[in-house]
Amino acid sequence: MIRGKVHKFGKNIDTDAIIAAKYANITDPPELGKHCMENIDPDFGKRVEKGDIIVATTNFGCGSSREIAPVTIKGAGVAAVVAKSFARIFFRNAINTGLPLLECAEAVDASDPGDTLEIDLSTGTVRNTTKNLVFSAVPYPEFVTELITAGGLVESVMKKMSKEDKGP
Amino acid sequence: MTLAEKILAAHAGKESVRVGEFVNVKVDMVMASDLTAHIAADQFERMGAKRPFDPRKVVFVMDHFFPNKDVAAAEQIKRLREFSKKHGLLFVEAIDGGIEHVYLPEKGLVLPGDVVVGADSHTCTYGALGAFATGMGSTDIAVAMVTGEIWMKVPPTIKFNYKGKLPAWVTGKDLILYTIGRITVDGALYAAMEFTGEAIEELSMDSRFTMANMAIEAGAKTGIVAVDDKTRAYVKGRTTRPYKVYTTNSEADYASIVDYDVSKLEPQVAVPHSPDNVRSISEVSDIEVDQVVIGSCTNGRLEDFEYAARILRGKRVHPGIRCIVIPGSQEVYLAALRAGLIEVFVRAGAVVGPPTCGPCVGGHMGILAAGERCASTTNRNFIGRMGSPRSEIYLVNPAVAAASAITGRLTDPKEVVDR
Repeated sequence: MIRGKVHKFGKNIDTDAIIAAKYANITDPPELGKHCMENIDPDFGKRVEKGDIIVATTNFGCGSSREIAPVTIKGAGVAAVVAKSFARIFFRNAINTGLPLLECAEAVDASDPGDTLEIDLSTGTVRNTTKNLVFSAVPYPEFVTELITAGGLVESVMKKMSKEDKGP
Repeated sequence: MTLAEKILAAHAGKESVRVGEFVNVKVDMVMASDLTAHIAADQFERMGAKRPFDPRKVVFVMDHFFPNKDVAAAEQIKRLREFSKKHGLLFVEAIDGGIEHVYLPEKGLVLPGDVVVGADSHTCTYGALGAFATGMGSTDIAVAMVTGEIWMKVPPTIKFNYKGKLPAWVTGKDLILYTIGRITVDGALYAAMEFTGEAIEELSMDSRFTMANMAIEAGAKTGIVAVDDKTRAYVKGRTTRPYKVYTTNSEADYASIVDYDVSKLEPQVAVPHSPDNVRSISEVSDIEVDQVVIGSCTNGRLEDFEYAARILRGKRVHPGIRCIVIPGSQEVYLAALRAGLIEVFVRAGAVVGPPTCGPCVGGHMGILAAGERCASTTNRNFIGRMGSPRSEIYLVNPAVAAASAITGRLTDPKEVVDR
């Protein structure tokens, strides 16, 4: 169960907002996390607490293919992102780096900054305990769920490789 | 099926695919840059892979922080140089190099009918060749490097039909900015954009690359243009590898069709801070700028510099303006040099730099201070993209950029040429 405070953002939060390219050489997630949202909300890195939840409207994560975007969000301590829609490369990167994403327009509209959300990833239930409201997120496609269940893309490739020849 | 669907079906080993279907596709080229390849290399090693599926189909291009902008970039690029040598990958750095999306097509490394994946969002550029090309993150790219395959969800195709003949100084950049302005930055989310019509047929390959390049700015998975004689002429002499040409079966295969009459289009400007915040040049020509950048994976090809040189020839950059010209590759640089364009730029007071993504990505070689404005031929005007979060970026075509360098404000090329 994920339980945390809402930090609310608008539409088209791009990867340069999430983490500027000048930090692309940093590999330590908590260090990246300090610069999360720096271009649009300079204090976010200081304000955010472990387990908090980012809530945003449409096209979250648009822009660059930089995989450090979801890594940065996790590094800042954020436990999940709830949005109306996600940009496609960001969606893949979040799956590959283990950042939970929930597509749930109603929860976005109903949640204000500082509200507390409880998220059950196994059922896709988003509960706003401040306002006593319950929502259901759009489930991941079955293909993606299977991928996550298998431990992620890299794990499933490794399993396949250990069965086959790893090369000379 | 559409052109995009046919390429995916062929690479999935299937007769046909449906929109929304998840398929595993074989890839013809896998690309990563200095900004993303190190994570792909980490994942490659984590998987215990001994070698890439085919080293000739994996290319690392050093371009974002090239020439090395600091010690961290230098160390990362050094590691990638060693990794590439060990595994026999194509490693592109200084010698005959360039920006990935300029370099790969000009070297014939990506061809019509290919599936290309790259750890860079502007990988969609290669769609101009009639390929299915899309950006992904480093982990997906590592998997493609090891297995030669990657999963994809078959996107719906939106047909964009551009009617009419383009007016003078209106380019592929203006068509794509206009389109993004109309449909917004998530107007083609998860979809393929197929660019067609009279105006596209007339466009040069360089301008088609510009259009496909910015498909991602509408949220698209790829932008694609069907192969014609111009494509064949472009590819000829760049490779001996055979390629396949696919076309959309019928209008009914598209998820939707959008028609634009572009015969009266003005040069377009995307104003801060979103590529869909688009105006005509006449609406914004009072905005003063501090810097002009002409180059990038969007507008760093020979035609772009020809446009800029036509404006700058015999003129001077406005006092106080920094006009930075960056050829997209060594090949483009040499062609511009031979054509006398580089001399035009230097005599006009512009600075000509080495091929790099530097300023566009806020890395180096053209960073903006707080309060500064830049007219740029690049693809993104997000907050802080080129430096200070309090700077502003105006996305324009190369002729508008050059005209703005002369006057010090956003300027319609007509105004400078008529003078």
